[in-house]
Amino acid sequence: MDTMRDRFVPVVSRLLDEDPRVAVVLAEIGAATLEEARRRHPDRVINVGIREQLLVGAAAGLALTGLRPVVHTFASFLVERPFEQVKLDLGHQDAGAVLVSAAASFDWPAGGYTHMAPGDVALLDTLDGWTVHVPGHPDEAETLLRHAVAAGDDKVYVRLSLQSNRRPLPVDGRRFHTIREGRAGVIVAVGPMLDAVLEATDGLDATVLYATTVRPFDAAALRRATGSAGTDVVLVEPYLAGTSTAAVSEALADVPHRVLGLGVGRHELRRYGTVEEHVAAHGLDAGSLRERISRFVTVPMRV
Amino acid sequence: MDTYAALPALMSLMTGDEKHGPAATSTLDVLWVLYDRVLRVTPGRFDDPARDRFLLSKGHGPMAYYAVLAAKGFVPEKWLPGFGSYDSPLGHHPDRTLVPGAEIGSGSLGHGLPIAVGEALGLRIQGLDEPRVWVLIGDAELDEGSNHEAIAFAGPAGLERLHTVVVDNSSARHARPGGIAARFGAAGWSAVTVDGRDHEALYAAFTAPHPGRPHVVVARVEPKSA
Repeated sequence: MDTMRDRFVPVVSRLLDEDPRVAVVLAEIGAATLEEARRRHPDRVINVGIREQLLVGAAAGLALTGLRPVVHTFASFLVERPFEQVKLDLGHQDAGAVLVSAAASFDWPAGGYTHMAPGDVALLDTLDGWTVHVPGHPDEAETLLRHAVAAGDDKVYVRLSLQSNRRPLPVDGRRFHTIREGRAGVIVAVGPMLDAVLEATDGLDATVLYATTVRPFDAAALRRATGSAGTDVVLVEPYLAGTSTAAVSEALADVPHRVLGLGVGRHELRRYGTVEEHVAAHGLDAGSLRERISRFVTVPMRV
Repeated sequence: MDTYAALPALMSLMTGDEKHGPAATSTLDVLWVLYDRVLRVTPGRFDDPARDRFLLSKGHGPMAYYAVLAAKGFVPEKWLPGFGSYDSPLGHHPDRTLVPGAEIGSGSLGHGLPIAVGEALGLRIQGLDEPRVWVLIGDAELDEGSNHEAIAFAGPAGLERLHTVVVDNSSARHARPGGIAARFGAAGWSAVTVDGRDHEALYAAFTAPHPGRPHVVVARVEPKSA
């Protein structure tokens, strides 16, 4: 199967063919894979070199002249390194862009912490007006990339990862989807966490929601789900643990509720190895998830 | 009111706690010559895709900028006395969404030149060959590394429509004589250094041909510390 990032190349190439507003901005990373697209559209595939402040600043300038920039590099160099450019050149200037990241929280564990960005979505949460898509499968990535580019002059972040579910689901770029209904808690599985969550909750009487668009947060879907499943909510996110806890609390502000935010730990592991090893180290494998979710949704009897 | 002589009176309308006093006037002559004789933009064509773009990157000390925008009819003169107040669109750093005629908001240093690079690319992509892009930065602002990302890219990219004015009031902490023009020159820019108070010299420098290359004008004014 191709990866989400593999899929990005033909999708963005077709978008360049179809829409004269689209311009792709790169900072070396990904440039080789888009060389054919650059030959077809030499002005609209721009590689600024290893210059991430310019990457985002130039994208803002393109947007201010009326274009739709699609900006791509690793998450750590797209959101973290040029964060002030994201805040000011896009947000404060009121300029739109589609930021498409790769490498996610730990797609390249052997590359170490410099290439890990578990905090990307949390950082964007400090800013106003961002749509955040977290696809769980290359097919979903394709749908959400198209959705993002078509979203007028919105500011959209698309978080691509090597982590993927086995099968795609229909996604619409807005809503959470109900995968399973139960009576003892709501589990919100984000993007590539779904397979592990389904395995972890097999046999548990819990509702499972699948979220691929996490900002704006589909509060209505969560509230609906709590109607029959109660207000114990578990978030399982492929980035920093607890990133969406505030969104859950806001959605359920007027009812008593409990929230458990599972995801990537803040502690720096200082380990290399494989994705699977990092998934396990952060307690995000199916076995660990089952234990942590069961402990949370099974409330001890109060005397 | 559309005269250079009117500018001091307009600036004096902006009283208050403007803390960047000296910087407010270092840019005055550069701004005036650009808006009066070089930039092809008027209040009536501010939404015209073919207008010239002027980006004030050095956003602190914007009184001279607001005075010129008022003199040229972008900003109502009656806005000036409110400078920096809660209900005023005119802050101590400009906000493009509030100030008619302002192409960018600025304040944090080192943002204008990278955005200007993107605008130059965007205009080229859309086949808009006429409009030029100008950005004003300060010599101390050049400390910010983001400028050097843009300078190093724009020269080899041959962004002929891109123009930078560096207002040099010797405020950079660490600098060498001639260092600014040399920095741009090394990246392939056309570079000229002039007296930033001499309107004819500025005009000549602003309109000098520079085929195939971006152009920088280093406008030297009296040192900030003087």
